[in-house]
Amino acid sequence: MDMSIQADLNVILPEIILAIFAMLALLGGVYTRKDGAAPLLVWMTGLLMVGLAAWIATSGEGTRIAFHGMFIDDGFARFAKVAILLSAAIVLVMSQDYMQRRGLLRFEFPILVTLATVGMMMMVSAGDLMALYMGLELQSLSLYVIAALRRDSVKSTEAGLKYFVLGALSSGMLLYGASLVYGYAGTTLFSGIIQTALQGEVSVGLLFGLIFLISGLAFKVSAVPFHMWTPDVYEGSPTPVTAYFATAPKLAAMGLFARMLFDAFGGAVGDWQQVIALLSLFSMFLGAVGAIGQWEFKRLMAYSSITHMGFALMGLAAGNAFGVQAMLIYMAIYVAMNVGTFAFILMMERDGVPITDIRALNMYARHEPAKALAMLVLLFSLAGVPPFLGFFGKLYVLRAAYEGGLVWLAVAGVIASVIAAFYYLRIVYYMYFGEEGEAMDTNSSPVLWGALMASAAVMLLGIVNMFGVEGAAAAAAATLVN
Amino acid sequence: MIGLEHYLTVAAVMFVTGIFGLFLNRKNVIILLMSIELILLSVNINFVAFSSYMDDLAGQVFTLFVLTVAAAEAAIGLAILVCFFRNRGSIAVEDVNVMKG
Repeated sequence: MDMSIQADLNVILPEIILAIFAMLALLGGVYTRKDGAAPLLVWMTGLLMVGLAAWIATSGEGTRIAFHGMFIDDGFARFAKVAILLSAAIVLVMSQDYMQRRGLLRFEFPILVTLATVGMMMMVSAGDLMALYMGLELQSLSLYVIAALRRDSVKSTEAGLKYFVLGALSSGMLLYGASLVYGYAGTTLFSGIIQTALQGEVSVGLLFGLIFLISGLAFKVSAVPFHMWTPDVYEGSPTPVTAYFATAPKLAAMGLFARMLFDAFGGAVGDWQQVIALLSLFSMFLGAVGAIGQWEFKRLMAYSSITHMGFALMGLAAGNAFGVQAMLIYMAIYVAMNVGTFAFILMMERDGVPITDIRALNMYARHEPAKALAMLVLLFSLAGVPPFLGFFGKLYVLRAAYEGGLVWLAVAGVIASVIAAFYYLRIVYYMYFGEEGEAMDTNSSPVLWGALMASAAVMLLGIVNMFGVEGAAAAAAATLVN
Repeated sequence: MIGLEHYLTVAAVMFVTGIFGLFLNRKNVIILLMSIELILLSVNINFVAFSSYMDDLAGQVFTLFVLTVAAAEAAIGLAILVCFFRNRGSIAVEDVNVMKG
């Protein structure tokens, strides 16, 4: 036991490195008071995250457990961490030029993103309700602040305030659930809770705890009926922050969802399967219908993300290893699509002022055929039109639901994706056939251009072998569900 | 004799009061912060009651974490509220409405 602290620290080394980096950067920033160094810090943070992702991806086989089961480093956690780190790094680097030109790039921004990322890495590795809560709060508290990053804007501070109040409410519900689970299972360790769940009947108290935990997490993945913060927060936050919200935190929250459901309540699949299936059903339909009347691109992406979370939850609802694999593949594709789409939204401006109205895209294809084509690929992929990668993501979760015995959910998913296709295709219509209006320029930094083109290329080339994500996700899912 | 169920009842009443405070309050954002605090404290009562009932320390450790995070959360919430007040000149809940939703 006395020897184990060294081994424990080795397991959480990537998190420690990132946390220490953030604190050193904070010290440096506070003492020099130079926001001028922020672009450099953004790139350093991005490089460090990519380096850590490469390290995590290539290191370590099997499952390592630290701090008496509170922290789990297994294939599932490594898959999620690599995806989180890469998407956080890309979004961070993408936002540098946009924020700098608008005087938004303070040195706090990369630091807060780093701390949120550390929280997300904790979340997907949590093996205990305490670790779960601390990781979730580290992530959430950092995100509340960056939502209100534009301190002189009513919209941004209002977004921060709404996100804070509803996020704190969700944390409270999650905690109340955690306290009930602790009381009725007698432990906060997932490995202990699953023992209780496996021994005969699940008590009513434990069931209540589970429902509260699921509600709290549903808030974080913005699943209906806990989605109401999403459109406002997406619209009000500065666009780079929205891009960040739409990628890494969603992935981390889905990872945490899967971790909790299978590691702690894997013995009671029948008790949560229907709840997750209902969350999935409502999210898919509300997201699809809600986006129809939206002209604001970021609001539209908020509803789009609600729909996509519904599909990802469909994978979880299947309640088996194939379902988790489908969820991981779906989330990886979702993040790749959103990076490209938000790279495009970050480029949209008129006379240097950012615009997010989709009607500004009228006849865009005539001025910028290459970017319009890349956007077309991404929108088709978001809608799930074959043969793009997004279609295969949907195919996976639908198959998982079908094989998991939830045929009605799979049928509903197909209908919802047809409804959702409408608003993606409407943007394509504007770009290619709309009426000639006031022109918009999108001549932005090479980073954004590269992210947009790379993301579109992934949607096309990924259909060959998904860059090996399929096999990696299968291996990751197998370590979680056994 | 006061037993576990009394503590759990008090905690449940506090939790529900907090939730209602969040949703029914139409006046002041500060009251929202108070409601959030009420929710977190009800959870703490739950944890300590279970912990003492089961003779297990984990619940009390959890409580300390919750208290710490609640302090950080209140600080961040007030900071955001101050920024909002500077822009809007009001902290009434009905004025948090620039975006529909």
